[in-house]
Amino acid sequence: MHAPDGFLNVGTALATGALSAGTIGAALRQSGQTLRDKQIPLAGLAAAFIFAAQMFNFPVAAGTTGHLIGGALAAVLLGPTVGALVVTVVVIVQALAFADGGLTALGYNILNMAIVPAFGGYAVFRLFRRLLPRSAGGVVGAMGLAGLISVVLSAAAFSIEWLFGATAPVPFDTVFGAMVAVHSLIGIGEGVISALVIGAVLAVRPDLVVGASDLDRTQLADRRPAKIRVFAIAALLVTLFVAAVVSQFAAEAPDGLERVALDTGISGAGDSPLSSGPFADYATAGIDNERLSLAIAGVAGSLVTLAVGFGLFAAARGARRGDRSVA
Amino acid sequence: MGAGHAHALYVHEHSAIHNMAPEVKLVATFLFVIAVAVTPRQAIWAFAVYASLLALITLVSRVKPGFLVVRLAAVVPFVLFALLIPFVAGGETVEVLGLTVSREGLWGAWNVLAKATLGAGASILLAATTEISEMLRGMSILKVPPALTAIAMFMVRYLVLVSGELARMRTAMTARGYDPRWLWQAKPLAASAGALFIRSYERGERVHAAMVARGFTGEMPDLGGRRGSRSDWIRAAGLVAVAVTVASFALVFS
Amino acid sequence: MSRVALSVAGLRYTYPDGREALRGIDLEVGVGQKVAILGPNGAGKTTLALHLNGIHEALAGTVTVGSLELRPESVGEIRRRVGLVFQDPDDQLFMPTVAADVAFGPANLGLVGEELEARVAEALAAVEALSLADRAPHHLSGGERRRVAIATVLAMRPDLLVLDEPTSGLDPAGRRELIATLQSLEMTQLVVTHDLPFALELCDRALILDGGVVVANGQTQKLLSNPDLLAAHRLEMPFGFVGFG
Ligand SMILES: Nc1ncnc2c1ncn2[C@@H]1O[C@H](COP(=O)(O)OP(=O)(O)O)[C@@H](O)[C@H]1O
Ligand SMILES: [Mg+2]
Repeated sequence: MHAPDGFLNVGTALATGALSAGTIGAALRQSGQTLRDKQIPLAGLAAAFIFAAQMFNFPVAAGTTGHLIGGALAAVLLGPTVGALVVTVVVIVQALAFADGGLTALGYNILNMAIVPAFGGYAVFRLFRRLLPRSAGGVVGAMGLAGLISVVLSAAAFSIEWLFGATAPVPFDTVFGAMVAVHSLIGIGEGVISALVIGAVLAVRPDLVVGASDLDRTQLADRRPAKIRVFAIAALLVTLFVAAVVSQFAAEAPDGLERVALDTGISGAGDSPLSSGPFADYATAGIDNERLSLAIAGVAGSLVTLAVGFGLFAAARGARRGDRSVA
Repeated sequence: MGAGHAHALYVHEHSAIHNMAPEVKLVATFLFVIAVAVTPRQAIWAFAVYASLLALITLVSRVKPGFLVVRLAAVVPFVLFALLIPFVAGGETVEVLGLTVSREGLWGAWNVLAKATLGAGASILLAATTEISEMLRGMSILKVPPALTAIAMFMVRYLVLVSGELARMRTAMTARGYDPRWLWQAKPLAASAGALFIRSYERGERVHAAMVARGFTGEMPDLGGRRGSRSDWIRAAGLVAVAVTVASFALVFS
Repeated sequence: MSRVALSVAGLRYTYPDGREALRGIDLEVGVGQKVAILGPNGAGKTTLALHLNGIHEALAGTVTVGSLELRPESVGEIRRRVGLVFQDPDDQLFMPTVAADVAFGPANLGLVGEELEARVAEALAAVEALSLADRAPHHLSGGERRRVAIATVLAMRPDLLVLDEPTSGLDPAGRRELIATLQSLEMTQLVVTHDLPFALELCDRALILDGGVVVANGQTQKLLSNPDLLAAHRLEMPFGFVGFG
């Protein structure tokens, strides 16, 4: 996840840098007064928690382990704005003090690891809160799905950045297929662990979970997981299905491994209508089904943008209503 | 991928690089890494110059080369990715060691490898010669929003404590025979993470109380500290100038 | 008792979750006195300490330091006059270095430059921790941490020092050094503890707090030689203690 220097081209690094800086600037302004006082040490401790949680290995299968990314979890615990700020700080310190992730990659690393999972994950969380019962169990279920989808959103965001900033001749559809498929599976772990963590916090200090601040005491006491289990299993199946289909889509593209094996020379990318414009030649070169690829990129891009936008909107509305952000 | 250690890379030494003001080192590292990033991949000589610059700085900083190499392992996942590129990439192919690979893919792999390694090398040197607290002070001198540097300061201060608590909880579970191997056995582990969040949060409240008790009103006081001297800036500018010149040449002649 | 350093009258406090932690506290401490506040866990000792510095806002009652009553407009000055040392030094030492941490309070008071440095040195010298100035708090031993935490408060030149469980987590040597440090400080001190021998050694006077009220008040030696009183409030002298002459 912590991409190194030179992974995407300079233009994309600059553009994502500007986007991240703008969003974080807005988040700082929005949380201005609250952040000035009590929030700063609290946000710092929360950042230490997220940092530690990222080192936290959980079992996946047969003794193999994965670890949390934590963006959606931070957003539900602290609210999307402070959550995004906290994860941003984690990413910056990891780059500066631990040389984890490139300095010129900070723009896209912050976007993919902090902004998209926090705001996008929070939007998904709000959506599922509406669909699920108003209870502690509902919050836990929504957290699980938000955790899962936040990871997929961030993989999709990365693929779309690749479309603009590829530095190697791996076409968009291969990257998208592989990233989304792999991250759907990683997302299951993220979702399960995030949900369990939220459940544990709700059981002891429900007042600390910003994403549950609208519930009253009786609703918080209702921890029935029955319906949620069905829901979660359905979501799991859908994810597996999507992962399978998407990876299929990647494999079918004749420019993957097979192309190399077939050793089919291809005409230069120069005559492709996609090679001009903002897209990186590499990401579109040799895509046979350009329209389909771009349609998928478009849909995925709109979904990510929509989710993040909705998360930002929800955060801004929360701030106007005077919701607490951390305390 | 990525994370894995709560202890920063700082190596205690007294060297010209260690003594440089942090804001100077931050600016110089950023400019160096940007120069590397914009260099066209065909300019192999340019990457050789960058690598020699890093080697020179390593020497002056008295950071052991072995340390640098070991820490570079952090980019390994991306190296693996880079090594895959020639196989998945399309386009004209060439034979290398009996394998048929994409020519463009080889260049792509080289590009990621060279830039990632040099970038990580520069970051590691920065981190090895600059204490985190100094780095944060440098960031505030460079006008990074104070809220961000303050959050980072608290995070860094309590990171060892918080991750230590997590490790202790884990040990306590293992001591009682808990050895999860599957995701559905993770509940106690996640519950401990939830407990850790609550503890961290409550510590945050106590820290805030301790700050208020000493007159904190929302603004972190500026405690001063040494600013970069003219000679710091001049020495850093020398290094950066070499990198920028190399990058410009490489851009123009490729 | 000549002049009064601290007086608390009718102090009540209920936590937001409904827990009544203080149920009418009255106490008075004279200038220069060292007074122990004893009591079992959950008695309300920490809650009381947090009121003396205006961190919690009382539901009812008053806190007066010297002649200044604690009110929203006087809280800044009260915080300068009352130095609060928290139970866990890790909560108190949040800055990257010891010197920066000791400087935090006086810097908030507006001190800068040499004046600030002098104040930091003075406070560290008072707890014999000058050599620790550039160390990171998390690298210090328990005893060093405790002494530095006291220095962070001394740097504000308080009139009244309030310490919450200062001996918790200290080894015998660290405890001994702490007693020496506190004995050498001449200011008024209020020491919250359930370490009875420590209270006996440092404080002539003691209060016992239980269930949010003061249940006993008198000479430390008298209170501690009353086993029934101690037992009623879950306090115990260590087995075989022979501190009473
Ligand atoms: N933040 C809090 N919220 C709710 N109740 C609290 C809080 N802090 C302390 N209490 C309760 O108030 C009572 C007094 O606590 P405290 O002052 O910490 O006791 P002591 O320091 O004497 O051990 C206890 O019953 C405790 O559980
Ligand atoms: Mg206490």
